[in-house]
Amino acid sequence: MAGDAKYVTVTDANFDAEVLKSDLPVLVDFWATWCGPCRIIAPVIEELAVELNGVAKITKMDVDHNPQTAMNFGIRSIPTLLFFKNGTVVDQLVGVAPKKVLLSKLEALAKQPA
Amino acid sequence: MQGIDFNGAEHRKVTIIGTGPAGLTAAIYSARANLSPLVIQGPEPGGQLITTTDVENYPGFPDGIMGPEMMQKFEAQASRFGADLRWGTVTSVDFSKRPFKLVVDEETPVLSDTVIISTGASARYLGLKNEARLLGHGVSACATCDGAFFREQKVAIVGGGDTAMEEALFLTRFASKVYVIHRRDAFRASQIMQDRVLAHDKIEVLWNTQVVDVHGDKVVTGIELADPEGNNKRTLPVDGLFVAIGHKPNTDIFASSIDRDETGYIVTKPDSTYTNIEGVFACGDAQDHVYRQAITAAGTGCMAAIDAERWLADQEG
Repeated sequence: MAGDAKYVTVTDANFDAEVLKSDLPVLVDFWATWCGPCRIIAPVIEELAVELNGVAKITKMDVDHNPQTAMNFGIRSIPTLLFFKNGTVVDQLVGVAPKKVLLSKLEALAKQPA
Repeated sequence: MQGIDFNGAEHRKVTIIGTGPAGLTAAIYSARANLSPLVIQGPEPGGQLITTTDVENYPGFPDGIMGPEMMQKFEAQASRFGADLRWGTVTSVDFSKRPFKLVVDEETPVLSDTVIISTGASARYLGLKNEARLLGHGVSACATCDGAFFREQKVAIVGGGDTAMEEALFLTRFASKVYVIHRRDAFRASQIMQDRVLAHDKIEVLWNTQVVDVHGDKVVTGIELADPEGNNKRTLPVDGLFVAIGHKPNTDIFASSIDRDETGYIVTKPDSTYTNIEGVFACGDAQDHVYRQAITAAGTGCMAAIDAERWLADQEG
């Protein structure tokens, strides 16, 4: 992997601090080891973490180990991608999505005034 | 297609649309024939196998293999021989003259001497008013993907074929109750699968019943049922609605140029992958409503690559 920026692993315990209180827009990839489509999107998440370093925070949450947050947001399918800005969900995607779509959504969120 | 400039566009000998077993096998064969195929992955890279668990009937894997892992192996094999795999979806085509014109993601033009269509098929949904809104929030077309979210909850599954039976049985691993909802008074699934479903103590079959809507604000809370004529409406509280009513071929973008049957499957000439347009070939589930197996898709993918290679050689002849 180019660069040393990496996605942040979030948990039920640090979700508030890492996601809701983040100054940057945040992408949360809800995934699990048994989920096939999650494997397809995994390399995209890694690339986004590098390319959007300092622009948006890219995170992953394993729903098997952190069921509470997924439950709170009504997630019943993975991968689900939630986009947060200033502590609230502003967009979401269910299933595999092209990198270009994720990039443009996050860049647009970063440009919006806080 | 309008407004896209094809001057100076990338020009390929072979372009493959879709990356399930058919497309990736076509990619392996075309790459080994030194045709450096461009492979456009489509919205579901890996195809339907990505959402399956164990594949136990693909020869060469005596202990079975996970669907996603198998597709990663297909992809690695295609890449090894120089297939150029690219993320993106072909959004329009112009097969009226050669080289053929393709547009990827509504903006990137590609010219190609031959095209192999391997766009596969996708799950069919019911078309309910609130279905799309609740997709991923209790509505699902893939029990093996999403079943684990329904531990000790009640779910319903719609359908009467083998897929519906398989998924109903799979869901019993998690759910406390599984309703199978079927419009008719008999399943078309194989007897062995029916027997397993009918004997299962967590499963209750609702015959002669259709789902007319799904309820829920943020997540599914129930479904609205009716008899086949639309009468006797009632609400059934469930946390999940699984849809297993078959597949539809992903061939809409070819509708104006490629011959399809009444259900949308591409018509190929007997014993070949030739379509009605010379230089355009079709393989896999996009043209097969009979077998629909990974191995048959791979088989027709191989045929399409060979057909394309020979056709190109004849043109250059």
